[in-house]
Amino acid sequence: MNTEEKTPIIVVKDLAARFGNNIVFENVNFQVYEGEILVIVGASGCGKSTLLKIMIGLQKPYSGQILYQGIDIVSAEEKELNQYRQNIGVLFQSSALFGSMTIKENLELPLQEYTNLDQATIDAIIRMKLGMVNLAGYENHHPAELSGGMKKRAGIARAMALDPRVLFFDELSAGLDPVTAAELDDLIINTEEALGTTMVIVTHELESIYKIAHRVLMLDKEARGIIAEGTPLELKERATDPRVKNFFLRQKPETSEEQRFYVT
Amino acid sequence: MKSQARKNCTEDYNISSIRKDLALFINLSGQFSLQNLTIFRSEINREISEQKIESVTIDFSGVCYLDSAAALALVQIEKETARKNIQCRFVNLNNKSKGIFSVIHEDVLINLPPQSEKSQDGFLYNLVERRRLPSVSEKSQDGFVFRLIERRGLPAPSRKSYKDFIWQLGQSSMQIANDFANFVTFVGELLIAFLYIIRHPKTLRGKDILFYIHRAGVDGLPIVAIIGLLTGLIIAFMSFLQLKMVGANIYVPSLVSFAMIKELGPLMTAILVAGRSGSAYAAEIGTMMVNEEVDALHTMGFEPIRFLAVPKVLATVIVVPILTVYADLFGIVGGMIIGITSLDLTIKTYVTQSMKTIQVFDIVTSIIKAAVFAGLISAIGCQRGFQVRSGAQDVGKFTTSAVVVAIFMIVVADSIFAIMFYYIK
Repeated sequence: MNTEEKTPIIVVKDLAARFGNNIVFENVNFQVYEGEILVIVGASGCGKSTLLKIMIGLQKPYSGQILYQGIDIVSAEEKELNQYRQNIGVLFQSSALFGSMTIKENLELPLQEYTNLDQATIDAIIRMKLGMVNLAGYENHHPAELSGGMKKRAGIARAMALDPRVLFFDELSAGLDPVTAAELDDLIINTEEALGTTMVIVTHELESIYKIAHRVLMLDKEARGIIAEGTPLELKERATDPRVKNFFLRQKPETSEEQRFYVT
Repeated sequence: MKSQARKNCTEDYNISSIRKDLALFINLSGQFSLQNLTIFRSEINREISEQKIESVTIDFSGVCYLDSAAALALVQIEKETARKNIQCRFVNLNNKSKGIFSVIHEDVLINLPPQSEKSQDGFLYNLVERRRLPSVSEKSQDGFVFRLIERRGLPAPSRKSYKDFIWQLGQSSMQIANDFANFVTFVGELLIAFLYIIRHPKTLRGKDILFYIHRAGVDGLPIVAIIGLLTGLIIAFMSFLQLKMVGANIYVPSLVSFAMIKELGPLMTAILVAGRSGSAYAAEIGTMMVNEEVDALHTMGFEPIRFLAVPKVLATVIVVPILTVYADLFGIVGGMIIGITSLDLTIKTYVTQSMKTIQVFDIVTSIIKAAVFAGLISAIGCQRGFQVRSGAQDVGKFTTSAVVVAIFMIVVADSIFAIMFYYIK
């Protein structure tokens, strides 16, 4: 995908996050272009989930801006922030479906809250969304009755309930078997192709990254920020930074002497 | 494969020794693992210490299963003997055993624990000491190891006791201050949510309120009735025993109705609701916090307090006064059972006597008290739930805390009411 032709939908400017005195990352600058699948990668603890939480308005950054269509969501009023929230959909690592509600009620919730549609239309939308994620017929099931992969798909359906402009995914295929993970990847690709929804995905599943990512951002704990940006193949084949190479070639960093597993 | 190997292995271990001059030969056979570590280690130590020797050769040819903890114990024995200037050798190790020994780093053995200490604990303690992991006073992410030590009851790195005391005192004071500040903030947020609902009544989730009314109220009816009945029965019986001595049996109905309506009805009901519903609210919201459901609500633009706490608080405030009246009635019925069976009073006399003491003011204050208790129970339950950050342990901790704090606050509020109503009246 040629990003130069695309207009940015989210602009992240000089973003910094801290936990107490610990700097998670700083000087993070990037753009999310309309219709692209941007994957954020990095080793555990590099701050990718924190970055995602800031982008979806769950956490305040230490400093910096996140501009969505020109509005800074970091300093936005609750009303503007709510407007932004209606334009995004989020799939959490644990799917975060409401356990006390059926799948239908889970999808119904945002539709009833933010639209004036009649029940018949809402029902039709729910059936359509569930059909899109291959869960037709599961309307009256509770989340506890679904498998891990099905929960993720139901989560995607709920995230897509209001036809958001941007979808965020936290650890898309974590804890899923390879076949289910591949099905999810296909679902992401198909959704992007069919609806043109912009997607920001946090993952470290290499196979998924190669398959779905249009562009990859790599965060690093030591560098406290972005160390690489590009298509997955570019990063795999042309990266000179050993940290990026190690990640994409799935190899451990070279050390001068062999380390015992319990030696710090 | 491993389990198969263990299956073919003889169930028990065997240690035999032969002494030739100043050399001791110990033959090991069977399984050496975490399960029999303490026994075989002391047995080998005994073999070595009981004899005056210059060298020990431990033969592994009969060992069919060896795990890393057992290997570590054997390496510790080797180091111990070396300290006593006894040469120790391991011979006839198979490849698997060699592999296990290869992962034991020499550094692990610095600061060997005294032999009396339990091996696992000693090992972990040692590991912590050697790795210079944070001591108790050090905080931060490394806290995990410390918690691990604490949970396992291991000897924590030493610290002067008075400092410990001051540190703990400070920690507890900060905790109480933080808890209070959090609760005040939460009550503020709850009020804002209520104001929002008053201005936008359509946002109120009526279905949820009915659900919690059913759960806290209807489902609680049997237990509230039984407790109310028994309380009334007990008061009537105890007061009857005392009052009959002065021939004042006729005052038993007044005493029962007075005690039930003014104090015991609201108090007992509130304590029951704190145990049943307060804990349930904390656990429910806590689990939602762990499962990222609250985060999901946030990102979907729902205010979690408005969405989760308001229906619970409203339902509880509606239902607890009704439950209290119900408990009061059953308390009076309980007293009536004693009145009819032991005091030879008729139902009519009992009811008339009961009504004599009770004024409308008492019933109104009882209901007001119940509503305030309900507000406290549900607000504390919800607030504790929102404090859960991670894991099942946190859910348990905050659920317990919700009940304890709620009961404490009920008693405090009751004391304040007692004084307040006295002066109002």
